[in-house]
Amino acid sequence: MTNTSKWTLRVVVMSYLGVLIGLPVTFLVVKAFGHGFGAFWSEVTQRDALDALKLSLEVAAIAVPVNALVGVGAALLIARHDFVGKRVLDTVFDVPIAISPIIIGIALVLAYSRIGWFGAPLARWGINVLFTPLGIVLATMSVSLPYVLRSILPVLLEVGDDQEQAARTLGAGRFRIFFQVTLPSIRWAVLYGVTLTIARTLGEFGAVLVVSGNITGVTQTLPIYIFDSWDQRFDVLGSYSGALVLALISIGVLGILAALKRREKKLLVDFA
Amino acid sequence: MGGGGVLIVGYLSIIVLLPIAALISHGLSISVATHGSGWAFWHWHVSFGFKTFWSAVTAVGSRNSIWLSLWLSLGVAAINAVMGVAIAWVLVRDRFFGRGFIDSVIDLPFALPTIVAGVVLLAIYGPNSPIHVDLFETWMGLMLALLFVTLPFSVRAVQPVLASLDLESEAAARTLGAGGARIFFSVVMPSLWPSVLSGFGLAFARAVGEFGSISLIAGGIGRTTTASYYIYNLTAGFLWVDAAAVSTALLVISLVVLVTTNVVSRRYQSRLL
Repeated sequence: MTNTSKWTLRVVVMSYLGVLIGLPVTFLVVKAFGHGFGAFWSEVTQRDALDALKLSLEVAAIAVPVNALVGVGAALLIARHDFVGKRVLDTVFDVPIAISPIIIGIALVLAYSRIGWFGAPLARWGINVLFTPLGIVLATMSVSLPYVLRSILPVLLEVGDDQEQAARTLGAGRFRIFFQVTLPSIRWAVLYGVTLTIARTLGEFGAVLVVSGNITGVTQTLPIYIFDSWDQRFDVLGSYSGALVLALISIGVLGILAALKRREKKLLVDFA
Repeated sequence: MGGGGVLIVGYLSIIVLLPIAALISHGLSISVATHGSGWAFWHWHVSFGFKTFWSAVTAVGSRNSIWLSLWLSLGVAAINAVMGVAIAWVLVRDRFFGRGFIDSVIDLPFALPTIVAGVVLLAIYGPNSPIHVDLFETWMGLMLALLFVTLPFSVRAVQPVLASLDLESEAAARTLGAGGARIFFSVVMPSLWPSVLSGFGLAFARAVGEFGSISLIAGGIGRTTTASYYIYNLTAGFLWVDAAAVSTALLVISLVVLVTTNVVSRRYQSRLL
């Protein structure tokens, strides 16, 4: 490659990334601190913002462990067992991230709200998913479903089951094998998948917006608070400040992912 | 499969399968009635409300929003297919200070919540733009948001394939007198096409369904209402059945594109081997 074409390519790529990512992220910081750090701090510590952050964390506290358990279980099932419908099971995990989050939200409403398929019997038990935190939890679980499975499965297939077989012949039980043989070999992959799940859980917007009804202090997660601040309350600074908080979390997440990838260079796959 | 398997299938049914089935059944207005006395399936009468589906999908607002989403997504997937190859090339073949940093910046649009992506773009390309570029309520604003969120798909599809390419065939072409452009188009690109194509499909599918990053910059006027925004507006007006109908149409479109790019890319790959 000639020197000119090399530099042309570099400049084109850098300009594209600058216009698309670099400048916008820089100006988010500029805008969030535009009225000083004090104004930023009072925005992110006001009542509605803290309520939204609290709800986001509570939803994550339920959705992340459940999806981690399901992801590990399904990965073991797919990697270590043969059964009818294995490919189907594998594919179903990707469905929620292949389709629009708005559609996921509508699908949940049409299944479980009062107007949905199971609305009448659920309402009799006092369960409603429309405009409630329960709906938010379901929507979040759905959109963050595949990340743990997708992180672990290639590692499980790569390490094989020789050591597990050896442990079995030595008389170890199923739980002992899992905790002393399998889990140590996939722990970094589990951590990688859990980090991705947390990121997606805290950031989910579309699916949650449809089911939540956006009730301040009750069903408003942090992403919805950011949207509401801009769109309804014209509190632009509140929107920039909330966005900066979530952006910092995402950058932390990227740091963790990069560190994990350096550790397990070959095994961890890119998620995009 | 055992007890664990049953639990997993149950969970998947609750959070994915039953909701999608409910969506499609509402979208196509499928209703099941029994006639006669028994509940056995030969007494069932299944009817499709195809007229309801069709009138919801072909309503002016729906048609316009689906067209807007389609051409925006095609444009975005095409631009990022080209830029994805360029960026992957620089990351794999070039050596310069800060390359590792650029490599992790590519993942930022994926890690960033979509609504934050929307706010980030408005901070510079919105009203009160510090550089006096106001793309609020324009198709260019939508395009920028979609280019932002789909970039990682386009780059990461190509990057590992480019990294695994054998440099020998390029060297051979060079000794036979081929120039840089000729080597790129007749030696490198033939092995890259399948991955470029699958990146194109992923980016397209993501762009067609995208909502968060465009929800603010679209501003809520008709001219910038994409399909997902239109569907959201229907739900805000509690028109759930219409929303389900347009959603079903959008699902079919994404599915067709994903399957087509997959099949073409696989066929091309098998011809290479």
